[in-house]
Amino acid sequence: MLVLKPGARLKSAVCDTEVMVVKGSGEVDLRCGGASMVNATEQGEGQLNADFSAGSLVGKRYTTEDAAIELLCTKAGEGSLSLGEAPLGIKQAQTLPSSD
Amino acid sequence: MNIFTLLKMSAECFPDRIALTSGDAHISYGELLQAAEGAAERFRNSGCKYVSVIDVSSPAVPIALFGAAAAGLPYVPINYRLTVDEIQALKERIEPAYIVTEDNRDNFIEESLAFDGQAQEPPEDPQAIAVQLFTSGTTGKPKAAVLRHENLMSYILGSVEFASADEADASLVSVPPYHIAGISAVMSSIYTCRRLVQLPNFDPVEWLRLVSEERVTTAFVVPTMLSRIIETMESQSTARMPSLRAVAYGGGKMPVAVIRRALELFPEVAFTNAYGLTETSSTITLLGPDDHKLALASTDPLIRKRLGSVGKPLPTIEVQIRDDDGTVLGSNLAGEVYVRGGQVSGEYLERKAVQDDGWFPTRDKGYLDEFGYLYLDGRADDVIVRGGENISPGEIEDVLLAHDSVADACVVGIPDQDWGEAVAAAVVLKQGVQVNVDELQTLVREQMRSSRVPGQIRFMQELPYNDMGKLLRRVVKEQLSQ
Repeated sequence: MLVLKPGARLKSAVCDTEVMVVKGSGEVDLRCGGASMVNATEQGEGQLNADFSAGSLVGKRYTTEDAAIELLCTKAGEGSLSLGEAPLGIKQAQTLPSSD
Repeated sequence: MNIFTLLKMSAECFPDRIALTSGDAHISYGELLQAAEGAAERFRNSGCKYVSVIDVSSPAVPIALFGAAAAGLPYVPINYRLTVDEIQALKERIEPAYIVTEDNRDNFIEESLAFDGQAQEPPEDPQAIAVQLFTSGTTGKPKAAVLRHENLMSYILGSVEFASADEADASLVSVPPYHIAGISAVMSSIYTCRRLVQLPNFDPVEWLRLVSEERVTTAFVVPTMLSRIIETMESQSTARMPSLRAVAYGGGKMPVAVIRRALELFPEVAFTNAYGLTETSSTITLLGPDDHKLALASTDPLIRKRLGSVGKPLPTIEVQIRDDDGTVLGSNLAGEVYVRGGQVSGEYLERKAVQDDGWFPTRDKGYLDEFGYLYLDGRADDVIVRGGENISPGEIEDVLLAHDSVADACVVGIPDQDWGEAVAAAVVLKQGVQVNVDELQTLVREQMRSSRVPGQIRFMQELPYNDMGKLLRRVVKEQLSQ
């Protein structure tokens, strides 16, 4: 189990995916590629689960259905993000006019 | 969480894309990342506690900003146009600092770009200070506003999408690097993977040349810059800017006549009004291109007047209008603008202005209309209190400015034995015309109330403005009080 806090950096144990926590706190079962994610400084191990191999996209924000957790993908990978077995969705981009 | 992540993501995705054009120099995202890591190494080795740039815009600005972030140090740019004594006083507040100036700039850029060592992982404390800005100091001693990594990240993630720019996109930055608009411009450009084109000292001819030669697609200007660009374009029939798609403006009150003229002159350009403060990590409300077009074309006065509005809050921002007692006011009632959101720091080293529940009193006055558009009406500190009556200088200035002969006007309160404060005005006349004081006083009396009539009207050659085009009311007040 991971303990989340905003600003924390996490990575996948089984692919190149890296994320930054934008929102969310407490103990959660956050996974990537089907395996529990680890803190960015830790070494993970395991194998990519084919059921969770849709991939992650850099720059996209991923959220749980209740929007309690939001992650920014800072590095893309082959695994897809999930909370337990529930896949995270991509937060729709708000199209704002450029202001600077 | 560290703003360095913004550059790192862009550099990993588009290492060869050009991030920055400054004069003849073109620096790619990969090179900029390397330079920032090199600068971080140098800052760490120097033992400094702050990083400062006291200089015009150059590649040293993004290198120092992201280098400071990578080293976990506050970036504190200082206005290079201040007097020697003023700069010295600010430098004493950030000791020990690594300072980039005109003298060591080229060396700093060159050596940072040449870095080929192993970069250290940047610290990830969201609450660490990323940027510290000395407020422009239109009143009193400059305060040190602090923006933490979490504030700036909240602004960027809430307002722009990663890599949303096309490789051909280029944004022109002509605001000074020590202003929040200069900092947010760098960060937004990097995160969207645009090319940033720097104009060190604003000049309308040079601005138009760069737009044309560098095929600039977006730009940010302050109102006075837009006025001067329009004047130049109208006098030079050859000036063209076919690449320009969008212009954002902010940093001060835009005269409606200027934006109206700009919309007519450049129908193909999307104009956006951005309102924000240093303490809010830049933009908090936007009046978008569609709002501008609708207002220009409409015959409904409620829609037409939107050209004088700063628009609606960003989706990540809440805005309230409150009276002096802190009571939240309904639509069309004027009071102080309060704002809340992740990007709002509302904090100075000297004191915290943000309230425990996250609301920040901006000291700007204004109201929200029934459609949710925000209209500003000067600073709360500028209100004139005459015999217990609150008088807004902006309303009187608008009346004076409507006179055919008046080019510029500033209304202030000056000490008065009977009333506490009396209304006084400094007026700049258009070239070659003359008006007497009586005529202007009569104009105000007829359109407003007699309490609004300036007892003193002094004609001046020009009004004092700072670099960002902000009217220095304090200076006018001192002059008229003498």
